[in-house]
Amino acid sequence: MEFVGYDWWTQFIRWGHIISAIMWIGHLWYFNFTQTPTMPKIPTELRPAVVRFILPEALFWFRWGAMFTLGFGLILAYMNGYLVDAIKIGIGDDNHKFTAIGIGMWLGTIMWFNVWFIIMPNQNKVMGVTPATPDEVNAARRMAGLTSRVNTLLSIPMLYAMVFAAHYY
Amino acid sequence: MEKLLNSLTGTIIAGFVLVIVEILVIHAIH
Repeated sequence: MEFVGYDWWTQFIRWGHIISAIMWIGHLWYFNFTQTPTMPKIPTELRPAVVRFILPEALFWFRWGAMFTLGFGLILAYMNGYLVDAIKIGIGDDNHKFTAIGIGMWLGTIMWFNVWFIIMPNQNKVMGVTPATPDEVNAARRMAGLTSRVNTLLSIPMLYAMVFAAHYY
Repeated sequence: MEKLLNSLTGTIIAGFVLVIVEILVIHAIH
């Protein structure tokens, strides 16, 4: 029995994809299910503890979780031989699996883009990493929050597509 | 849209609606 053959490496990359995704979506859901709804209940003088200490740390694992999820995911799709078919969401292939994994990949890629190019630049203004006026900080907080909610919304169909492509179609 | 996203429950319900749309799309393409 070959121990570290091609199939082993494929599963190894899949494992890396999944633990990175848990790191990413775990933090996304922490923000949306726990931190954001709780913030208005926290006394004003205690809120800087969340924004200055917990938020930067959580965003670090959040954005790098997103990056590694995408990286491992693309490698996995390539190793499985369906990267191009998935990008085409299975059009012309007569295969439900390619359509499902393709929709999941596109949703995941949109979410990754939102993290790195919308949420992070706006959160950097909120945290004071990027200089901004109070009005700009308020606008940045709103945009980061709404985009984070969009990602929470997209995570539901994204996970359906990923799980069903791997285990059903 | 912003009103929907400001509601966590609304966001989750919209996510499940998107799953139904997604299932229909997966089967409509083939």
